[in-house]
Amino acid sequence: MASHNESILREPLITGKDITYAKITADVLHPVENPPTKAWWIGFIVSAIVACLWVFAVSWTFWFGIGSWGLNKTVGWAWDITGFVWWVGIGHAGTLISAILLLFRQNWRNSINRSAEAMTIFAVICAATYIVAHMGRPWMAVYSLPLPNQYGSLWVNFNSPLIWDVFAISTYFSVSLVFWYTGLLPDFASIRDRATGLRRRIYSICSFGWTGSVKTWQRFETVSLILAGVSTPLVLSVHTIVSMDFATSLEPGWHTTIFPPYFVAGAIFSGFAMVQTLLLVTRKVLGLENYITMFHIESMNKIILLTGSIVGVAYLTEFFIAYYSGGEYEQYTFLNRFTGPYWWAGCMMYGCNVLMTQMMWFKKVRTNIPISWILSIVVNIGMWFERFVIIVTSLHRDFIPSSWAMFYPTWIDMSVFIGSIGVFFTLFLLFIRFFPSIAMAEVKLLLKSSSEQAKKKLIDGGHVDPSHAEFYKESLTKFDSVELSDYEKV
Amino acid sequence: MSDTKFILGLFDDPDVMMHGIDKLQKNSVPIYDVYTPMPIHGIDDKLGIKPSRLGYAAFMFGCLGGTTIFSLVYYFLVHDWPMDIGGKPAFAVPDFIPATFEWTVLFTAFGMTFTFFFATHLFPGRAPRVMDFRATDDRFVIAIDAKGNIPHADITNILKEAGAVEIKHNDRKYVSYE
Repeated sequence: MASHNESILREPLITGKDITYAKITADVLHPVENPPTKAWWIGFIVSAIVACLWVFAVSWTFWFGIGSWGLNKTVGWAWDITGFVWWVGIGHAGTLISAILLLFRQNWRNSINRSAEAMTIFAVICAATYIVAHMGRPWMAVYSLPLPNQYGSLWVNFNSPLIWDVFAISTYFSVSLVFWYTGLLPDFASIRDRATGLRRRIYSICSFGWTGSVKTWQRFETVSLILAGVSTPLVLSVHTIVSMDFATSLEPGWHTTIFPPYFVAGAIFSGFAMVQTLLLVTRKVLGLENYITMFHIESMNKIILLTGSIVGVAYLTEFFIAYYSGGEYEQYTFLNRFTGPYWWAGCMMYGCNVLMTQMMWFKKVRTNIPISWILSIVVNIGMWFERFVIIVTSLHRDFIPSSWAMFYPTWIDMSVFIGSIGVFFTLFLLFIRFFPSIAMAEVKLLLKSSSEQAKKKLIDGGHVDPSHAEFYKESLTKFDSVELSDYEKV
Repeated sequence: MSDTKFILGLFDDPDVMMHGIDKLQKNSVPIYDVYTPMPIHGIDDKLGIKPSRLGYAAFMFGCLGGTTIFSLVYYFLVHDWPMDIGGKPAFAVPDFIPATFEWTVLFTAFGMTFTFFFATHLFPGRAPRVMDFRATDDRFVIAIDAKGNIPHADITNILKEAGAVEIKHNDRKYVSYE
């Protein structure tokens, strides 16, 4: 496969001159093999402090009970489930990149799948902490498992979406972890074989004794393909089941059949936004511009645009169905999103998710790094408000006006949420310090076919149609990591 | 006779290495194994390694997982403690689908991956059997068992002609052992 020349019309996936296999290893392992930079320390210390806030707020919750949150009889779910759904949704992009794009043979996934999968795992950890925290008495978690007990045995109810959720989230987390770790084995072996002393011993244990023999690679590829095959329906099932937590209830605003596809699209949307947020910073700080190129950034922006538009269509459908259903409670819920006391949350939701992402139709926006970064944050905020609107705005005014109420978060609510972001970033920063943040073996596969230098060699050798070469050079102008002057003469 | 246990041909390009394999095989030199930093498609055919049967294992594990949880749910909700929910049937198959699906995937993933680890002897703490340290970095290494494959100079020449950047005569099989 390595001898395969890729069409010159395709944009390069690795830019830069004189990239060798050894240089890929050295570039990717640079942050792992050298003492961390100042930027890393600052980021880590800030994240760790915020993570401590999480420990404090969750301990407070467990000590004093859920009463320390702003919940009341009417609004029984608020920031906790908002945060849970937000984090699970963010997690979806990693599996999408690693599994679905693998099945579609999208080679640009190779340099972003590792960090996106790591992000998935950390996001699902944050989501899981919300599940445990919102129980108030975390030891009661055991009753969500179908274990024999002293009540009969009284089993868990498999007719309930909440139990499906227990199965979905735990399967999703553990399968993602296996997928991620299996992919890490060859790269841990690379670190091991370059290290000495204690580091070598530690990475030796982590690498499971990987050698890269023909048989292990052949088996490895089979395992990756099948894991991708089973992870694809898995990731779609997870957010489908999360949406059923709502959709199977009778609550106006929740009781709709569009929820599963709408939630899945929203999950991919928010997940890609988070990948974008992290990678735009990571590529700069770790100097990985040659591997995570403008092509990757633009591709992710296109997915954000697509999924954002799907979410937009889902919003319109919801409104239409509320009107067309003739159900007055349903109609009121949707009017209330704009005219009720939470109108500002509704505006954040529709504005950030639908209006702002439509800017990505412009190539100038898609290929502008600062604007892309800001838009990715906007999407993250918008998707948090989407869950807030779905959960709180629906609950706070449902059937009986006498039980209408408002939800006001306490400082514990806020601390748990902000703290969970700290937990996430602490884990992510530890990841880029100790783990290879790019799947080196997979990027090496692309070097001879899809790299800028391979394509330049084709042009220099005169093997390509000049009009195709012209098209290719035109496409390079958007790249921030390509030396355009090299192409002037040829 | 020399102490050489293994002759290693180190290549810096996968395509050149593939030609090296052809050349060795044309000269009837048996290849012990090939170590590469990334998966190279087509080597397994050349070395006569049969396609993986892990797919069958995955399928069987999936069937096992689905059957296990479906039987358990049936036992819990239909046999052991059927609940009367508005007179609806206790054997509510559609409700059992999500858990059945999740465990099918769970057993497939774990069963297959652990079979892979078991079959290729991968586990935490296993001493890495490395013949050349750069095989996980930027070298594509063909290993030839020196025992019985003589004269060594001929093998060295074949490798050199095939374009190996370096040829090693190792008197230890694995350089990673301390």
